[in-house]
Amino acid sequence: MATQTTSRTLPPTSPARLENPRPPRRTMTTGKIVALVVAALIAVLWLIPFAWATVTAFKSETDAAAPKVSWVPPSGFTFDAFAKVFQDGNIPLWTWNSFYTSAAITLITLVISALVAYALSRIDFKGKRLLMGVIIASIIIPPPVLIIPLFYQMVALHLIDTSWAIILPQVIHPAMVFVLKKFFDQIPRELEEAAVMDGASRMRIFTQIVLPLSRPILAAVAIFVFISAWNNFLWPFIATNDNSLLTLPVGLQTIKSAYGIQYAQNMASALLAALPLIVVFLFFQRQIVKGFATTGLAGT
Amino acid sequence: MSSSTMSRPATTRPASNPRRKRDNANGWAFATPFLVFFLVFLVWPIAYGLYMSMTGKSLTGANDDVIGFANYAEAFADADMWHSLGNTLYFTVISTVPLVLVALAMAALVNIGLPAQWLWRLSYFAPYLLASTVVSLFFTWMYNPQLGLINDALTKIGLPRVAWLNNPDVAMWAIVIATVWWTVGFNFLLYLAAMQNIPHQHYEAASLDGAGAWRQFFSITLPQLSPTTVMIIILQILASLKIFDQVYQMTAGGPGGSTRPVVEYIFETGFTGYRLGYSAAISYIFFGLIVVVSIAQFVLTRRRSA
Repeated sequence: MATQTTSRTLPPTSPARLENPRPPRRTMTTGKIVALVVAALIAVLWLIPFAWATVTAFKSETDAAAPKVSWVPPSGFTFDAFAKVFQDGNIPLWTWNSFYTSAAITLITLVISALVAYALSRIDFKGKRLLMGVIIASIIIPPPVLIIPLFYQMVALHLIDTSWAIILPQVIHPAMVFVLKKFFDQIPRELEEAAVMDGASRMRIFTQIVLPLSRPILAAVAIFVFISAWNNFLWPFIATNDNSLLTLPVGLQTIKSAYGIQYAQNMASALLAALPLIVVFLFFQRQIVKGFATTGLAGT
Repeated sequence: MSSSTMSRPATTRPASNPRRKRDNANGWAFATPFLVFFLVFLVWPIAYGLYMSMTGKSLTGANDDVIGFANYAEAFADADMWHSLGNTLYFTVISTVPLVLVALAMAALVNIGLPAQWLWRLSYFAPYLLASTVVSLFFTWMYNPQLGLINDALTKIGLPRVAWLNNPDVAMWAIVIATVWWTVGFNFLLYLAAMQNIPHQHYEAASLDGAGAWRQFFSITLPQLSPTTVMIIILQILASLKIFDQVYQMTAGGPGGSTRPVVEYIFETGFTGYRLGYSAAISYIFFGLIVVVSIAQFVLTRRRSA
């Protein structure tokens, strides 16, 4: 029993469980109440950093730097820190930079990965096995190994201090190619055969039959790639020094030294940087959680 | 040609020449956009980096000569490199254990059937959506020796203040705590998804046999989860080996190099010390480590499931 590794595929009679797995409802037992209390304690512990950052951000700098820790500041809450951060104008600019670079990375990644994944899944071409092997093997390459030669390459291509330097090296996600291929493999070939008989081209079959059926996996991959790009630090940090091109994570690193001990402004900036993804998560929690569960084991 | 030949894999299908030609052309056409990026931004830098590691290249452009394995010889004799490699391995060990166990505990708690599932998912997973810099700002502030929330809590319960990020014996643990808070939600999600896929019949049968909740967890849940656990451990080790962001941002590798991971040493040698060739050599030593770890994991997991 202890070494059982049978596949966890569900019996076909219970497809509903995949959608919303819910154990049979039982009454609240003592065990469950204990679990609830422990889960709540962890949740509180996990929310404290957010709460403390929020309280700090709404303090005056004097209160924030007061030696006595207070959850309710003596001189009341204020928007001063946020106002100062907005006055500097950096956060909105960096948010926009993060948004369009991440969107471009996601778009390019989706297009090129879906195309090659379709070929690997459906078309029998010479060298396919080799290509598949090379792509799978490349999953092992750790991005930090690439920073030195990539930097040199970007200098040679005159792309340093442009958004392209941030975008282009981030569009290769071999693991996502693999995830997409596995999904395409499961689409019944019969669906494409009629179109083949009608003489439809490969590209037409791909865009009109396969892609529409693949929306869930495309969404999952898009979520994964977008969030990785949005939060990536090391490469964008190296790729540009130009303040007007910085992404949010890199920009925040520079304000740490600029604001120094202005704790309220530090926290206000951090919260503003965190806000977009948290808001998106609140609205699309189901899809995001599902997306990570699908791509997670193959990704990172 | 009948339509049924369409659905057969290549090995069993007799090739017809024009079809095969078209397939070859189509296949490579579909692969080309990816291949272009793959070759230019992955294969080329990997190859070029290897070449750089054999040169004296520097950011000042002073010396481009090929010097063979001199960089590697220097690196293997470089105490700072070994120290940073040691820090990376130390971090990997002491972060992987809590990142797996805490995630498992969180998932087990939530999977018991607690109400308001979305609330738990939100609070445990939300930190994962933050950029490293946000996490570092949060924790640097909470770790502040005089004004920080954590030391305030410690003094309130009569414990001494801790110099979280300034004490070489503590700093790495401070980083582990921040990292667990930040990324454990990812492993939690993977565990939760796997737990929810365990067929309920297993539990029902066990209940009929009179097995309690603990018993069921150890004799059904854990064994059923073992493939997931293996995957999570593998992914976590590989992720932890790449540690850089939060260390660079919170301690800059200090105090006294006590938290500096190997990726930071690569970064500093290349961009602060301007020694690109030497830095590329250390990158390749790091790459070698990742390859060895990956192969070891592959061999171990294969033996396990065989």
